[in-house]
Amino acid sequence: MSEPARYRLLLALLGGATTVLFVLSLTVGPAAIGFGDSLAALVSGDGGAIVLIMREIRLPRALLGLMIGATLGLSGAALQGYLRNPLAEPGLIGVSASASLGAVLAIYTGLSAAFPLALPLSALAAAVAGVLVVQALAGMHGGTLTIILAGVAVSSFAGAMTSLALNLSPNPFAALEILFWMLGSLTDRSMEHVWLAGPFILLGWAMLAMLARPLDTLTLGGDAASSLGVDMRRVRFLAVFGTAACVGASTAVAGAIGFVGLVVPHLLRPLVGARPSRLLPASALGGASVLIAADILVRLIAPGRDLKLGVLTAIVGAPFFLWLIWRSRGRLT
Amino acid sequence: MAALAACAPARAESVPKRVVSMNLCTDQLAMLIADEDQLHSVSHLAADPGASVLAERAGAYVVNHGLAEEIFLMRPDLVIAGTYTTRTTVALLRRLGFRVEEFAPETGFDDIRQNIARMGAILGRRDRAVALTAALDAGLAALAASPAQGSVAVYSSNSYTVGPGSLADAVIAETGLDNIAASLGISGAGRLPLESLITADPDLVVTGARRFDNPALAQENFRHPAFRAFARQAVEVDIPDKYWLCGAPFTLIAARILKQAARRLEAGQE
Repeated sequence: MSEPARYRLLLALLGGATTVLFVLSLTVGPAAIGFGDSLAALVSGDGGAIVLIMREIRLPRALLGLMIGATLGLSGAALQGYLRNPLAEPGLIGVSASASLGAVLAIYTGLSAAFPLALPLSALAAAVAGVLVVQALAGMHGGTLTIILAGVAVSSFAGAMTSLALNLSPNPFAALEILFWMLGSLTDRSMEHVWLAGPFILLGWAMLAMLARPLDTLTLGGDAASSLGVDMRRVRFLAVFGTAACVGASTAVAGAIGFVGLVVPHLLRPLVGARPSRLLPASALGGASVLIAADILVRLIAPGRDLKLGVLTAIVGAPFFLWLIWRSRGRLT
Repeated sequence: MAALAACAPARAESVPKRVVSMNLCTDQLAMLIADEDQLHSVSHLAADPGASVLAERAGAYVVNHGLAEEIFLMRPDLVIAGTYTTRTTVALLRRLGFRVEEFAPETGFDDIRQNIARMGAILGRRDRAVALTAALDAGLAALAASPAQGSVAVYSSNSYTVGPGSLADAVIAETGLDNIAASLGISGAGRLPLESLITADPDLVVTGARRFDNPALAQENFRHPAFRAFARQAVEVDIPDKYWLCGAPFTLIAARILKQAARRLEAGQE
């Protein structure tokens, strides 16, 4: 089979897997609704309990799983390509940590109790602030290493402030809420969350998609790419702000979900060849599949315990990542 | 929208007939106040004997885990929640047209009176609420009649203590004892360094119930030689967490345990 044909087959398989998992995600829940009935309720117009459960409880959850999973996969692949660093993951440029800090501050100050969207809005604002700081630290002409270091600095600072909020929290209930929120979850999110995060996520996807060609050229090295007419400042702008928009919005509604953005690009890279432009769509679909699958597992393993999504992705992701390292240890030098 | 109208109560003041509570503290208040068959479901924590005073009675109700879909299926005409930890679920339930009443955690006996009265009003059981408040006030009056003397410190797992602004501090205040956390500038929940505890040298030390069977690093502070030496001189009081985790009439029991310990101390000194 020729290489383009193999790539198209891979995309079709990943797309198929994502679709199947998305539909499965819609049919998992405490209400024992038949497979056909539940899907019919999504499209039929007549009101009723099943329609409400499907449209207001399960659909937003599945949609967010799809959007956030794709975000993590796509931004992970884009950052690994842009920074040419296999350890790059969506949280690296400090967006996840600063969005978490924004959310934690909303819980800590009681703002989140004032109105329901205070928490995601505060997280979004903090993500914007975090990425502006990274951009300012890296300066106009800073290279990829400066971005990484600035991201690490912002992440550490935001992480420390989050711990400080936990430390100083005068109320054990608020501390518990902060801790649970940071573990990442899609439980009982509503369409409001979809409408809030959706525009930012789509904007981020569009910006990262524009990176496809420049990233291919970048595999030749930064200097070679510049001489071939790649505007490095534009590439950096797209990579940093594209990631910030979609990952910031994802973290704002679901908390920090680890490992998907790191593992999925590594898993798919051998299958698409060495071209970042091909890895981007594959990784987006792969990320969506993995996150939706994890969210289904969370509901199947412990239906009543509200197992946190971020915990599951880390538990499954970490050993898998170790295996990946072990398999490719000869090639990583 | 027909379904929204069907599951939402017609008027806020109508008496709810199928109530679901999804927070440990509101579970217990509702169990104490609700009419027979009025309360349909309580949270899974309500049946945990370590956390819930009414664990045995919780078996009579359907258990929920605070998930929107699960509660939707119970078709309650009133949902009672705490103001923490289930925020997205509460927002989603409201969006689905359910009436949700949120209760803030109690940080003093005034809060307990208010929450009892509010629960009574919401459930249409004002008489029961008044009776509970009267019993609570009588218990407090009995405590106030003969205040205990001395100082006390709360020293729980992870060296946590409680100061002004917490329910436990309000309980201590009712016994007449002096909480050393206040003089150390700790408000709400905070950490009490072992050094400060030994320097302050309280007459009583409340160690909280070490109810967990599994060893935890959080309880290493109790094994510290300095603490063990100190604990030999001070009187150690064990107040099960469940009595002051949630504010309710049974919070009086915590105050009584503490006061009895203070009495033993006074008797020993004479």
